[in-house]
Amino acid sequence: MSKIDVSNMDLYYGDFHALKNINLSIDANEVTAFIGPSGCGKSTLLKSINRMNDLVPGCRITGEMLLDGENIYSGKMDVNGLRKRVGMVFQKPNPFPMSIYDNIAYGPRTHGVRSKAKLDDIVEQSLRQAAIWDEVKDRLKKSALGMSGGQQQRLCIARALAVQPEVLLMDEPTSALDPISTSKIEDLAVELKKDYTIIMVTHNMQQAARISDKTAFFLLGEVVEYGETEQIFSMPKDKRTEDYITGRFG
Amino acid sequence: MVIKGNGAVNTMEAVKINTKEKERTKVTYHKSVFSSVLTGITWGAAILALAVLVFLVGFILIRGVKNLTLEQFAWTYNTENVTMLPAIINTVTMTVLSLLLAAPLGIFSAIYLVEYANKRGTLVGLIRITAETLSGIPSIVYGLFGMLFFTKTLKMGYSMMSGACTLAIMILPLIMRTAEEALKSVPDSYREASFGLGAGKLRTIFKIVLPSAVPGILSGVILATGRVVGETAALLFTAGTIAKVAGLMDSGRTLAVHMYALSSEGLYMNQMYATGVILMLIVLLINGCSGMIAKKIAKK
Repeated sequence: MSKIDVSNMDLYYGDFHALKNINLSIDANEVTAFIGPSGCGKSTLLKSINRMNDLVPGCRITGEMLLDGENIYSGKMDVNGLRKRVGMVFQKPNPFPMSIYDNIAYGPRTHGVRSKAKLDDIVEQSLRQAAIWDEVKDRLKKSALGMSGGQQQRLCIARALAVQPEVLLMDEPTSALDPISTSKIEDLAVELKKDYTIIMVTHNMQQAARISDKTAFFLLGEVVEYGETEQIFSMPKDKRTEDYITGRFG
Repeated sequence: MVIKGNGAVNTMEAVKINTKEKERTKVTYHKSVFSSVLTGITWGAAILALAVLVFLVGFILIRGVKNLTLEQFAWTYNTENVTMLPAIINTVTMTVLSLLLAAPLGIFSAIYLVEYANKRGTLVGLIRITAETLSGIPSIVYGLFGMLFFTKTLKMGYSMMSGACTLAIMILPLIMRTAEEALKSVPDSYREASFGLGAGKLRTIFKIVLPSAVPGILSGVILATGRVVGETAALLFTAGTIAKVAGLMDSGRTLAVHMYALSSEGLYMNQMYATGVILMLIVLLINGCSGMIAKKIAKK
């Protein structure tokens, strides 16, 4: 069974029809990439998976979106619980203005972990998973704002991992980073898919081709084509997909 | 330019022309009457502003310091010593009381406006207009209102409490506006990150947003403190002018009111200047301390 099932989903921002009849199923322990030109709705779909769109006034959703068979948009869904299960990494690194340790511990503390030993454990484990432990282990009490952009982004990944999510949403996580940091994050995504389901929005088609197992191509609020990354990039079925990946527009 | 001889001569000539041009630009810069006049005006304005402050502080210090006597810090007031110690204590009480009333109200309404209210709603607009209007009202009008409402209608009498309530209304818009600006300046990405980790609204506000906004909120509270310490008109009508250490429901004068009383009686001008020195020192002390606190918090 797939991890996330989207069927007949429509999304409106006020009068604007931002997502049109989306049907997707995303498998566990894979990296799924969303590609497409700006404003095509890929970030919007990503954000509706953990209901971050609830914060946008005038956003309305119809259709069904299931996480492990549970409707994300049912009245019974506990939004904070959902966001614990579906973590998110944002386009720009956004560490809190506190120490590295407190940044990571914020999530677990939110969900009731109080014991110092346990927190220490979670912090170390999350930082190790995000491949940044060796760089920061001697300055855990220092402010996170003193780190480089790439380090900050990996810290944000570690922070998201600290609440032990099942799904990790990444919204163009490397668009603000230099090539070396980018390649570190890409390696990380591939590494993390063993334990997590990863969905990544990216503007960079090479990136999608390098790291994703499946790719969805979005255009004007619709999913034009969705399938194995290899197939999408080597023999796209739709003419528009081919035009986009060969650089004819977008 | 005609080229003759070797390159060295050429470069020499070029250098000459260059320096000539430089001289010319320098000269024209100095010759322009308009620019020198403007420079003069800006210097003059800056010096004048500084001079006013220096003169003011110096005047009070010179007149005041020599008149500072030990008996002005006696515990009980009589017409011989005209002590200011009760007034100092009352000033502290008044400041603490009015801030206790106004700061939570102001900060929580700012939180409502920034985090909860529909930003384009009529209620927010209404609250904003009210706050702006309130901050434009002269303090003596607050005093009249306080006298009619707190001392008469609510039968609180001339008391520290009536005074503190009146001042609280007076400084509320100030605290609210500065707190609102401070909260607004906290980047939305912090809120998103917190929500994204499954934190609720309350936790996000109290653990992430408020701590980031503390320096800004504090600066508003400091401004408010300054207004409380320096206020006379609103207090004359509400807290009265009795020169004793006052309890909450007793009438008592603050330092500024003490100064006003001394000068209006006309008999104690020297003591008034001495009081002025102490009042000024207190204000400087508050500013210095709060600046340091804000810096410390910001560093964390």
